[in-house]
Amino acid sequence: MTFQLLLVLAAGLFSTGLFGALSQQSIVMIMMGIELMIGGIVVAAAGFRHFLSPAVGSGQVVIVAAVVAMAVEMAMGFAVTTAVYRARQVDMTDMAGDLRG
Amino acid sequence: MDATSTVLLWVLGALALTGGVLVFTLNSMARVTFALLGSLVCVGGVVTVLGLPYLGVVIVLMMVMEMVIMAVFMIAYMMDPAGLMPMSMLHNKRGALCVSGAVFAGLLAGIFLVPWPERTGTRPADTTFQVGVALMEDQMLTMVTLGFVLLATMVGTTVLATRRGRYDRFGDDLDRRPAEDPAGGGVGR
Repeated sequence: MTFQLLLVLAAGLFSTGLFGALSQQSIVMIMMGIELMIGGIVVAAAGFRHFLSPAVGSGQVVIVAAVVAMAVEMAMGFAVTTAVYRARQVDMTDMAGDLRG
Repeated sequence: MDATSTVLLWVLGALALTGGVLVFTLNSMARVTFALLGSLVCVGGVVTVLGLPYLGVVIVLMMVMEMVIMAVFMIAYMMDPAGLMPMSMLHNKRGALCVSGAVFAGLLAGIFLVPWPERTGTRPADTTFQVGVALMEDQMLTMVTLGFVLLATMVGTTVLATRRGRYDRFGDDLDRRPAEDPAGGGVGR
C-alpha cells in the first residue's frame, strides 16, 4: 500500500467522523464521530512516520498525544453528558439549544 | 513493505472504513458501539503493521475498554438502545454531508497534489525503545504536559459527574460543620 493510499484511508475515517459529529443529535454519538476523526489522525501520523521519517522519535509522540486526546475526550464527554442529563433529563443536543454560546 | 503487510493494510483499512460507516448507519446502539470498536481496533492493527507494535497494542486495549464503557452509557441514556423502533436521530444531514464531502475532497486534493519528500533516515531496530527515549529525553516536556492534562481531566470529570458539590455539603457560606452528608463516615460520626 502506498503512502498516498494510507492517507486516503485516514482522510476517509476523518470525513466519516466529521459527518457523524455534525449530523448526530445524541451527545454520545457526537463523541463517537470525534473518536473516528482522531482515529484518522492516528493513521495519518503513523503513515507519515513510516514513509517519511522513521528515524525520528517525535512521530510516535504525535500518536501518543492523539491517543491521550481520545481518552480525555471520552472522559470529559461522559462527565458532561452525565451533568446535562442529571440537570434536565436530556441527552440530545437539540433539546439543550439554550446552552448555545 | 512485503506482500503480507500490504495485504494486511488493505484488509484492515477496508474493515476500518466499513466499521466507521456502519457507526452512523446502524440502528441498534449496542451494534453501533461495537462497529466503532471494530473500526478503531483495525486502526490499532494498521499502526502495528506500520512498525509500531507497542502503540498499536495500546490503542487496541484502550479502545476495547473505552467502547465497553461507551456501550453502557449508550444503553443507559439512549431512548432506543436495542434499535427495536428504527428512527432517525440526525439533524441537518444534507449540510453535514456537504461539509464532510468538501473536507474529504480537499484532503484528497492535498494528498495527490503535494510533492511529498523522500524518506529520510533508516528505521530503528526497536521502535518501542525509540518512543521510550523520545518521551523521556527530547519530548519530556510533552510527556509532562500530557500528564497534567490527564490529572486535570480526572479532577474535572469527578467534579462534573458528582451529584453533590461543596455548597451542598457545607452550606451557602461554607460554614456548616459537620458537613451534611447522606451517610456518616469516620469514627463516631
